[in-house]
Amino acid sequence: MVERAGIPVTEYGFATTPSEAREAAERIAGPVVIKSQVLTGGRMKAGGVKFADTPQEAEAHAAEILELEINGHIPRGVLVDPKAEVAQEYYAGVVWDGTRKQPMMLFSDMGGIDIEEVAEQHPDHVGRGHLSNLMPISDFQAKQVAASVGMTGSELNRATPVLARLAQLFRDNDMTLAEINPLARLEDGTFVALDAHMEMEEEARPRQRKLLAELEIPTDDDREDYEPSEFERNVAAIDSADHRGVIQGKDHGFDGDLGLVIGAGGGSLTLTDAVRSQGGRPANYSEIGGNPSVAKAAGLAEQVLRKDGVEKIAVMMSIVSNTRVDIVARGVIKACLKLDKDPAETIAIFRIPGAWEEEGFKILDRYGVEYCDRSVSMWEAAGRAVAKVQGEG
Amino acid sequence: MSILLQKDTTFIVQGITGREAVNLTRECLDFGSRIVGGVTPGRKGREVHGVPVFDTVEQVVEATGAVPDGSVVTVPPAFTKDAVLEAIESGVKLVVIVTERIPRRDVAQMVELASMRGARIIGPNCLGIMVPGVAKMGGIGGPAKDAAKAYSPGPVGIMSRSGGMTTEIASTLTAAGLGQSTAVSIGGDAIIGSTYAELMPLFEADDQTEAIVIYTEPGGRMEAQLVEWREANDSKLPIVAFMAGRFMDDEEMKGMSFGHAGTIVEGKEDTATEKISRLEAAGIPVVERIDEIPGAVREKLEASA
Repeated sequence: MVERAGIPVTEYGFATTPSEAREAAERIAGPVVIKSQVLTGGRMKAGGVKFADTPQEAEAHAAEILELEINGHIPRGVLVDPKAEVAQEYYAGVVWDGTRKQPMMLFSDMGGIDIEEVAEQHPDHVGRGHLSNLMPISDFQAKQVAASVGMTGSELNRATPVLARLAQLFRDNDMTLAEINPLARLEDGTFVALDAHMEMEEEARPRQRKLLAELEIPTDDDREDYEPSEFERNVAAIDSADHRGVIQGKDHGFDGDLGLVIGAGGGSLTLTDAVRSQGGRPANYSEIGGNPSVAKAAGLAEQVLRKDGVEKIAVMMSIVSNTRVDIVARGVIKACLKLDKDPAETIAIFRIPGAWEEEGFKILDRYGVEYCDRSVSMWEAAGRAVAKVQGEG
Repeated sequence: MSILLQKDTTFIVQGITGREAVNLTRECLDFGSRIVGGVTPGRKGREVHGVPVFDTVEQVVEATGAVPDGSVVTVPPAFTKDAVLEAIESGVKLVVIVTERIPRRDVAQMVELASMRGARIIGPNCLGIMVPGVAKMGGIGGPAKDAAKAYSPGPVGIMSRSGGMTTEIASTLTAAGLGQSTAVSIGGDAIIGSTYAELMPLFEADDQTEAIVIYTEPGGRMEAQLVEWREANDSKLPIVAFMAGRFMDDEEMKGMSFGHAGTIVEGKEDTATEKISRLEAAGIPVVERIDEIPGAVREKLEASA
């Protein structure tokens, strides 16, 4: 990405086997650095970056790094770079400023370390500048930012296009973060990018399909910091199989005994807090909304009920106007019956007020499921579910 | 009075022939809103619940003899930017964007153009604006009879990052005998057209509004911006806040986003804990339960009376 944007990088070799890494090191003919090409952060700490003085050493390091899993990700290969003769390290980055609603360039003459640390401890070493979303990006904007940390002379003139091109790359490719760190000034005065980190916005992936294909990034690679669990994969598959409504399920970081079939976005956050604040232990997080079909609601409830240690589920939402209460009621009961569970025992509480609630409550009555309307608050409904799962109901 | 939307406010629906848009049009008309036209390219000549459909916003202006005050945009994400630019360049001053999953670059471009043209954007990824008993603009509150059940006229202004929770909060206030002046679903994305601080001057200038309730979430620094605005403008309008997603502060939830696209925590400033302490330090109580909101609002109203 950096090279495509016209920013100088060092002569490098990409290798997917240890012997390719040795060949790259032989070609470079000098000390090299071997970097894991893994699509996650923190590789330096994890041992994914190693230095080698000889091609043999490069081969041995590459063998280790190629096997090294970082945050659940296996590297796609290694990059073999010359260990550059660096005079000084800089930082160049572009991020979104949500308050200004514009991209913001960042530049520091203290590169190689975490920019947030620099910003905290040496605020006068971090230059900032905003970019219009509509006007063309021009070099002077980058120049102002670099000059604001005291750069001048040929250093300033050589650093300016690097930052300007990075800004262009950020904007053209729908990045949410683009940083070059370290950006090195070599002994001969030239600037090269030694390492880079980019994040593309999820929502922009459909229109960046061509670029992603060129970079050989598969379309189903969801770029999470962890591998999705079986529960998460199953819920996602049910969601994409039917266009009506939206369901989502996450269980990373949850290991409780109360299954949650909850919605919608803000309601799910509110209800998860309400369960936890009252001593409950959620088995998962979920979202249901946008008027899903009976099958979709049933699918989510079934996946939650299939989780280890889950005997009861709480079905709760903030007041709905689009999603239908009766359809969700039908779905969760269907899931219970499919798994040979008694809905009255399994559904600790059903609290979804709103559209078609009378029809929904009729169905719940038929199966003896405890439910409530809007006169029972989200907090109280969550508390009721917690009490029941703890055997006090 | 109310903010943004009044009884005589005219608006159009862009993407009016879509399934959700047809429902939304019905709901708004039933509630008393003045929808003067709809736009779906290639569908000129049709009608949606009696509302004439045009190919362009310009045609609406020609047919009605006036630029509509507002537009509700509900077209697929790939076409939203074009629709919003069309509305703004036709002179529309209030654009409510319902569509979700719009790339940030597009949102930022729309917002920048709006500010150049003196227009305002609400959303994206929002349910719109509700003035109880008067009009609504967007799907907020659902069908007219459901909306009338949850919302009632009164002194409380609501701004919420969650559309659904806007109605839950209004309903809780209504049940406690506290009506609402205007409720605005501001949207759940990382970049939105109008933040709390950007809507505060309107509420501050509104006679009817005596207190504000905000619903907020982790991610972004909109609360810090609100606190800065209050201090810079010496604003005395009481505010009560509710913070959802406290669980996201847990170590194992780092880097994950829940609920809305904007909830991802990126720095130290945007965790729930940090936001709560910032708001409370500024005299904005943050309640832990939705059902505590009416009590907290009453306390503020009595203190300022």
